[in-house]
Order: sequence, then C-alpha cells, then structure tokens
Amino acid sequence: MSRFVWPLVGFVVLVGFLGFGLTLKPSEVPSPFINKPAPSFTLPQLASPEDTFSPEAMKGQVWLLNVWASWCYACLEEHPVITALAKTHGVPIVGLNYKDIRGEAISWLERHGNGYVLSVSDTQGRVGIDYGVYGVPETFVIDKDGFIRYKHIGAVTDNAVRDTILPLIRELEQ
Amino acid sequence: MIPEIGHFSLILTLFVALAQGCLALAGAARGNAVWIAFARPAARAQFLLIIVSFATLGWSFIVKDFSVAYVAQNSNSQLPLLYRVSAVWGGHEGSLLLWLLMQTGWAYAVSVFSKQLPDVMVARVLGVLGLVTAGFLLFVLLTSNPFERLLPAPIEGMDLNPLLQDIGLIFHPPLLYMGYVGFSVAFAFAIAALLAGQLDSTWARWSRPWATAAWLFLTLGIALGSWWAYYELGWGGWWFWDPVENSSFIPWLVGTALIHSLAVTEKRASFKNWTVLLAISTFSLSLLGAFLVRSGVLTSVHTFATDPRRGVFILMLFAVVVGSSLFLFALRAPKVGMGGRFELISRESLLLVNNVLLAVAAGAVILGTLYPLFIDALGLGKLSVGPPYFNAVFIPLMVPALLLMAVGPVANWKSAKISALMKHLHVPAVVALMVGVGAPFMLGRWSALVALGLALATWIATAVVKGIVDRMRATRTGLRAQPLSWLGMHLAHLGIAVFVAGVTLVMGYETEQDVRMTPGSTVSAGGYDLKFLGVNKAQGPNYVAEIGDIELSRDGRILRLLHPEKRSYISSEMPMTEAAIDANGLRHVYVALGEPLTDGAWSVRVYYKPFVDWIWIGCILMALGGLLAISDRRYRLKRRERKAALVAGGATS
Amino acid sequence: MKRWWLTLLCLVIALPSWADNGAAEKRMLDIAGELRCLVCQNESIAASRADLAVDLRQQIREQIQAGKSDAEIRTYMVDRYGDFVLYRTPLKATTLLLWFGPMLLLAFGLLVLATTLRRRKSSVADALLSDDERKRAQALLAQTTDNGT
Repeated sequence: MSRFVWPLVGFVVLVGFLGFGLTLKPSEVPSPFINKPAPSFTLPQLASPEDTFSPEAMKGQVWLLNVWASWCYACLEEHPVITALAKTHGVPIVGLNYKDIRGEAISWLERHGNGYVLSVSDTQGRVGIDYGVYGVPETFVIDKDGFIRYKHIGAVTDNAVRDTILPLIRELEQ
Repeated sequence: MIPEIGHFSLILTLFVALAQGCLALAGAARGNAVWIAFARPAARAQFLLIIVSFATLGWSFIVKDFSVAYVAQNSNSQLPLLYRVSAVWGGHEGSLLLWLLMQTGWAYAVSVFSKQLPDVMVARVLGVLGLVTAGFLLFVLLTSNPFERLLPAPIEGMDLNPLLQDIGLIFHPPLLYMGYVGFSVAFAFAIAALLAGQLDSTWARWSRPWATAAWLFLTLGIALGSWWAYYELGWGGWWFWDPVENSSFIPWLVGTALIHSLAVTEKRASFKNWTVLLAISTFSLSLLGAFLVRSGVLTSVHTFATDPRRGVFILMLFAVVVGSSLFLFALRAPKVGMGGRFELISRESLLLVNNVLLAVAAGAVILGTLYPLFIDALGLGKLSVGPPYFNAVFIPLMVPALLLMAVGPVANWKSAKISALMKHLHVPAVVALMVGVGAPFMLGRWSALVALGLALATWIATAVVKGIVDRMRATRTGLRAQPLSWLGMHLAHLGIAVFVAGVTLVMGYETEQDVRMTPGSTVSAGGYDLKFLGVNKAQGPNYVAEIGDIELSRDGRILRLLHPEKRSYISSEMPMTEAAIDANGLRHVYVALGEPLTDGAWSVRVYYKPFVDWIWIGCILMALGGLLAISDRRYRLKRRERKAALVAGGATS
Repeated sequence: MKRWWLTLLCLVIALPSWADNGAAEKRMLDIAGELRCLVCQNESIAASRADLAVDLRQQIREQIQAGKSDAEIRTYMVDRYGDFVLYRTPLKATTLLLWFGPMLLLAFGLLVLATTLRRRKSSVADALLSDDERKRAQALLAQTTDNGT
C-alpha cells in the first residue's frame, strides 16, 4: 500500500491548489507601489494647459487618482460611480487622462459629467508607465503623506466602493 | 422545437450512460451475463443519441436560429455556411458537445472492435467509459447547456470570433478532442484491469492500439493548432508555451511514454503498475487540460469565457474521476505480480529511460504552467513563467531522449551487448557528426545549437534508414513485407527527426524585419526581394479588408504577387491580420501588414523561415507511423478468427 | 553643400522612425524579449502589438540612448510592474523549486529506475519448468502437431 498511495496523495494536494486557484485572479498584476510614495510628475491640466499639476499639491488630503480615457468603454461604465464618489462622498478625485486627444476628452466630460477636482493630460502615457498602469481604467488611493495605499484594476464598482475604497478612505482620514 | 429535441437527447443519453455504467460494472463484478450484455448496445445507443443532439445544434446554426443563446453568441447572419457549421464547436458549450460526440464515438468503436475480448472485460471498459460520459453530461446539462433559449430572440448574432473563422479551426478541435478523449479508452482498460484484478501482458496487448490511435490524433491536433497559430496570428511564431498549448502537450508527452511503456509490458509482462499509472495519468491530464482552459485559473489568449461555477464543476469531475482511479490503483497495485526480468542494458531498460525522460519533461511543463498559481495561492506574490523557462528546461531533457531513439530499436530485448549496439550505430554516428559539423557552414553561419540539432536529426534518420535496409537484407524481403508496426515505429521516429531538423533550421536561420514601406520600396529577405506596391480596399462576406500587393522576386525575376490582408470584421470590429505566405517545402517567405502610417506608407513585417514546413511534415509523419502501427496484421483478428475456424473445421473432419 | 547636410540631418531624424536599424534596435528587442506584455499577457513586449507594448518599447529605446545598462532597464520595469513583468522568471528563493525542480525530478526518476532494476535482478527468477511439467508440455506439443497444421 505504501508507495502506491503517493500518486493519490500528490493528486489531492494538486486539487487543493487548483480549488484555491479558482478564487484568485491570475490576470491582475498587483501594484509594487502599495505603501510606497506616489511617483512625482508635472503635467498640464486638461481644462487649462498653461497650468500644471503635481501630486504634491494634494498633500494633507486623502485623494484618488483615476486613470481614464474617452476611448475607453469600461471608463464610461465606472464614470457614474466615480462621479458619485466625488460628489456625494466628497472624495477629491484627480483624473489622469491617458493617451487621449484633448478635444475629445473635454467633450467626453461635458457629455458624461465631471466630478474630478481637475484632470491632467498624459498624452504620451509616460506618467502612466511611471505608475505601472497597464490598462484603463485604474484607480489609486493616495494618503495624506502622498503614499499609494491601494490600486483598483478595472472599472470601479459600487461594491468595490462600499466594501474597500470608502472604508479605506475613512481609515486614512483618521 | 428542434433545439429542445437536442436537449432531450442529452438527458436521455445521461440516463443510458448511467445505466450502462452501473449495470455493466455491477454485472462484471457479479458475473451477471444479462447485465454484461447490456454494455455494447448501450454504447451504440449513446453514440446515436449524441449524434442527434449534435445534429440539432448544427441545424440551429445553419438556419440561423438566434433564439438559441449559444447560436446568438457565436454566429451572425452574414457568417458563411462553412463557418456556421464549425461554429458549433467554437464556444465552450458547443465544444463540450463535441467532446461528448468523441467520447461516445470512441466507446462505440470499442463496442465494435472488441470481438476478440472477453465480454466481461468489454463490459468493464464500456462501463467506465459510460460513467465518464455521464460525468460530462452532468457538466453540460447543469452548467453549460448549448440549447438554452434566449428570448426574445435577437435579430442579429454576435458573430463567431474572427480568429476562429478559418479552415484550421474546422479541424483543430475535433482532432485534438479525438486525442484527448481517445486516451480515455486506455484509461478505461487500465481501470477494468485493476477492477478485475487481472493485469498482464494480454491487457497491454489489447490497450496498445487504442493508446496509439489516440496518440496519433493528438499529434495531428497539436500540429494543426501550431500551424494555424503560425499563419493566422501574423507573428510567425509556431509555439508559445502558452498554458492552453501546454495543456495539450502534457498529455501528449505522457501518452508517448505510455505507448512505449505498453511495448515493454506487452513483451515482458513487466512494469505493469507503471504502465497502468501512465494510462490513468494520460487521461487525467486531458481532464486537467480541460479544467485549465475553461476555469479561468490561468491566463491565456486561448481560454474560453470563464464562469467560476464551471470551474468548480470540472474540478469536481476531475477530482472524482482521477481520485477514484488513483484510490483503486493504491488498493490493487500491490497485488500485481512482477513479471519478467531484463538486464540493465536491454531494450526494456532503454524504453524505461525514455519513459523517465518523457515523464520528467511532462512534469517540468506542468511545473512551469502551474507555478504562478502555486505561488499566488501561497500568497508569495505574482510571477510569470514563460518561454525562456520552458525552453531552458525542456530542450536539455529531450537531447538524451533523441539520442536513445536510435539506440532502442537496435537493442535486443532482455539483454543487449554494448558492442553489438556500437556496431549498428557506427554509421549513423559518423554521418551525424559530419552533417552536424558541416551543414551549418553551408547554410551560412555556424552555431553549436544548430550543429547539435542537425546532428541529432541525422543520427535518428540514418539509424532508421539503416535499420530498415538491414532488416530487408537479412530477411531478403521487400519493404512491404515488413511488419507494419515495426515500420510504423521507424516512420514515427523519422518524423521526429524531420521535426527536429525543421525546428533547428528555423530557429537558427530565420530572419524577421519590421519595416516602413512606401509604394515602390523594396526589402530583402533570405535572398528574395519584396516590393511593396500599395494597399487596396476590398469587401468580404462579413468583413472589410485592406489588401496589400507585394511583388516577390529573386535575382530580378518576378515570382509572384503576395496579398497580405488586414481585415476588419463588421460585427466585432476586431482587426485581423491575414499573412501572405510563399511556401515551397524548403522555406517560407511570410509577409504581414502592420499599421498604416503617414503618406500611404505601411509598416510591414517580413519573415524568412527556412524549413519551417518540416515542423508540421514531421508531425504528419509521426501520425502516419502511428497509423501504420495500428494497422498491423496482429490486430486484424477477423482474419485470425476465420483461420482458426478453418483449422478447427479441418481437424474434426 | 547646405542641402547635403540638410538631407543627412533629415535622415538622422528619420532614422528612429524606421523600425529596422542596427545594434541599438537589436538590443532593445533583446531586452523587450525578456519582458512580458501585461496586456496580452502571454507575449513578450518585443512581440506584442498592444499600445502599451509599443510605448514600453519606445521607453526602452530612450533608456538605451540615455546609456542605461540592461540590468537598470529591467529594474526600471520591475519597479513599476513587479516581478510579473519578467518573462524570464527570476531566480529567487521562491523560484528555486521551479528552476531546479526538473533536474531534481530527473535525478530522482533515474535513481528510482536504477534501484528498481537492480532489485528485480536479485529477486525475480525466471520461472523454470520442473521435470514433470516439462514432460507434460512435450506431450501436449506432440498432440497438437498430430492434429492441426
């Protein structure tokens, strides 16, 4: 019985891993920036390109950096949630307009609502790369000292807001 | 109405399969002849019922019945008829119906081609197959019903994924599934033998043609998938070590070990437990592959749309089928006797080293494929394992296996003398060294890896030719008089040699260029000149295309025009690249359109791929070798039965 | 004279926009070949046609021109995307089993094979017929030769 049991034992272990694997999300790449300072940048603002914005300006506040684009379908889906988060819950959200055309981005905001404190234009996507962005939309929660605390990959849903993002914001505001 | 008939047919099949499983196995255990006799007709009934089901789904596609959800998701009013039919297996639910068609088809084949086997044995085998079929039917009926209605019916369907609208798709899944599912027969034979407590060389002899048949289909299925990826995806790559590709390759590796191991068990009645374990493993790995592809556990360009419920169900099916088999193995294996002995240097031991190498290779591919999952599950972070790992690990394992491929066939059973081996292999060794060292110089650039690959390929090929010639001389008979299974072995090995040569030469000497071309500009590749003439728009049945005109010439002489395309399918707006390939058996000149740039210019990818066809020709030769092996005289028992009857008749008169 | 310099200048500016130029390009492709595209996750950044891959290739080109070493460029990518971006799985404590597993498995397999073969040699004896059995066998054989062909 002894050595012939090993295939069965090995198999049970394998099934265990596979079962657990069903609960994981393999295509989501976790951010290496969690609990690290948000990378610095200076980008022109979408509405008034003569003015620039840097994340240092938000120090002292808990805020969100939301990566979006007018050509991105999922961004349209999450936009009401983001806008509600800004307007109803009063969370400051800065938009990073990623690899977009200024005119189209502005009309997109006019059409669908603008809850952002402001948006900045990352036309080349360089700042995106600095933040490890690999798809749109993505959302970063940044604390009062400018450290990234959480990255949400994909469209932000009401559930994500209720279960993860809002509680984290409340906690960070303490 | 018709889809409902298909659905009902599936439910009926479930009952028949369950009945067959229970009655046949119980009957075999109790020796109840009536129950045992139920097995064969039940197998035929299941096959017919599934054909009905499959036909109703096909019909729904042909008449564009978008009230069936699966048809709406995978078809479109403008989809050509040919693809409407092949769309039946284009999505998850339909592909499972194809799996079931194959599963019941193989069981039907067993019920027909088993006249020489004792009925008790056949009952057990069919019973096991029936239970597996029942498991899949439950999966389909509970989580993946292709006949679900979508009401109100949409006016237009979502269209078949353009990547799948291709001749390669029509044949790749069916061939692949014939292989995957075919190994369930060897599996069933193994379980039947364990249940009966009867594991001997006869079992190996009966299992062998079934295992070889499944193997040859799997070889063709994988080769077709590789060829399809090559010309359809537009990157000139033919193997990516993608998790889904690995899911088919792992059973292939273990299946190859199985057909070699069966040879040992058949001849010497030894290593029966190991062979049984391989037989169980091959099908188990097919099931694991099915799980990996459909559950969302791994990321891949190939995966079907995932639903966690489905993942859970397949995992449970996998756990039950394989777990119970391994449990039975743990119980019965200790009671199996040891069998004949053989020396440390003998054909048997060489075949077993082959087994170890193939099993370790399979293990390495499994390790690489599942490692990201293990690490993630243990909370140790996310990493990825890609071609650099697989190539670094797989190739060194295969080199000794390729070396042994020439040695095994000339080694004697039971005990082989090294001096005899060296005598046989002296000529192949010399020729291999000459070609290995010399050929790269002639091809332009010397590289150790190319030399090694070509030397190995020549080593095997020369040994094959010499082996055949020697035997023809020794027996003073022609090629056709040789036993087919022996010829099959040599042909399959020759196929591997051709494959290795193709891979070596392509990887050693291919060129890739990504250039910006304006109308009139030329680029050179592999001694050929390609002139970009421009791009025109055209309309297809369900797409809009931009067709490039490229003039292919050599030394000033115009050979032909190539037309790479960039298609935009109307329904999904997915851009597709159709590469243009000029092939002459010795090289490919491969052109693909990239992106349109300013001023009428386009980025164009040009590849020169020498001997790339040998990759797939090698696979075809392997499959042909398998086909020869299963056509061997000793499996044609009708003739033997007739002869025995004559003899008996003659003796009594 | 002026025009000649101008043409050369244009050529030099145009050069980066042609994809197929020389050693720097090859170095970029080599580095990019070892990085995984995060959008089409089973391709390398060298092979992928995704927008992000195009951007990252450009980023690598610029870093090469800025004189960074291969290791520095790789670290740049890992800092932003984590270990997942390395197509060639790094050799770390967590990947020891991955890289050495196959070798260990092979050694184990060959060892088991060798031991099993040696054990068989000493314990299994071919079944030899006893004298009685041999006589019976011969008698049976004689019978069949009389009866059939």
